[in-house]
Amino acid sequence: MFARTSLRTARAFANAKTGATRTVVSQQRNASSQSSAESAPTWKNTATLSASTILAIGSCTWYYTQFGRTAHAMTMQEEGLHATPYPWEHEKFLKTYDHAALRRGFQVYREVCASCHSLKRIPWRTLVGTMMTVDEAKALAEENEYDTEPNNEGEIEKRPGKLSDYIPSPYKNDEAARAANNGALPPDLSLMVKARHGGCNYIFSLLTGYPEEPPAGAVVQSGLNFNPYFPGTGIAMARVLYDGLVDYEDGTPATTSQMAKDVVEFLNWSAEPEMDDRKKMGWKVMAIGSVLFALSVWIKRYKWSVVKTRKLQYNPPALTGLPNKMNPRQARR
Amino acid sequence: MAGVLSGVYNTLIRSNGVFLSTIFAGAFATEILFDTGSNAIWNRINKGRQWKDIKHRYMDAGEDDE
Repeated sequence: MFARTSLRTARAFANAKTGATRTVVSQQRNASSQSSAESAPTWKNTATLSASTILAIGSCTWYYTQFGRTAHAMTMQEEGLHATPYPWEHEKFLKTYDHAALRRGFQVYREVCASCHSLKRIPWRTLVGTMMTVDEAKALAEENEYDTEPNNEGEIEKRPGKLSDYIPSPYKNDEAARAANNGALPPDLSLMVKARHGGCNYIFSLLTGYPEEPPAGAVVQSGLNFNPYFPGTGIAMARVLYDGLVDYEDGTPATTSQMAKDVVEFLNWSAEPEMDDRKKMGWKVMAIGSVLFALSVWIKRYKWSVVKTRKLQYNPPALTGLPNKMNPRQARR
Repeated sequence: MAGVLSGVYNTLIRSNGVFLSTIFAGAFATEILFDTGSNAIWNRINKGRQWKDIKHRYMDAGEDDE
């Protein structure tokens, strides 16, 4: 369209230059030759436009496929299935941990998880007052042996555990843990809820998400188990939680999901033992803060009331020396 | 109103020592009241979830053993 218009303009200018005497003739010739002369450029223009359009679209498509798409370092299988979000009661703003669940969860950890997973950062004393009485925690600590300080001969002896000791690890060190578990290191669980994407949901899904048998087509290496929630889907840990595995002292039915839920809440506590106090302090801060905020809004309005309610009156000076059109007052008269 | 205000002024604000003591006592009283009230609300929201709500089960059992 634009090309044709410009062609016409060029012709019109050429006609103007040839002079007034030949104007009529040239116009007639122009009119007669228009149909035959323009047929070839129209076809060429269409072809050029189509080719350039295809080139533009094609180069954009090529560029997008080459550089525009989101780059994934891992396949979906390697990412693992995203964990289902569950309505955890203890994750609500104003809710503490359910400490009975913490007690049950610690029982599950002690009887099931602790055979492979350590809980290095939790000392026995932190259990007192959160899920155990002093006597219970002391009794548990004394079941384990710890190294003493070197005595007078420089020998290190063994002593029963105290409340200030940390929960012992199942293996001496990471290498021993790897050697005992076919090369796979069972991670420390102290901060596991904070350490994994999805937190509580991920661990719960992982514990309860083992299928009866891997789906058709899934490649499971020997020594590994299939779990869709584990990144890579091949996990060294087999399914451990089965219905009735532990006996809860409070009579709660020990189903797989109940045990998983309890142990996840316990691991959430071990990762964030300060959560109860933090939430309690948090909403007190919000309460006092909102009062102070309302007060500051009131003070601002009080202080600004003088400025906001004042009335400005402007009396323009009398402009007597200027001519009428410059002075609006005189012009109006 | 004016009588109340002048009464407050004469009893609490006129003497600097009394005024300062009033501020300190008021701060303590406010904090105690606020903490007691907010803790009561917190404990009502989380009734049955905290250790102090369930510890009687285990404390009693421990005392029986001794």
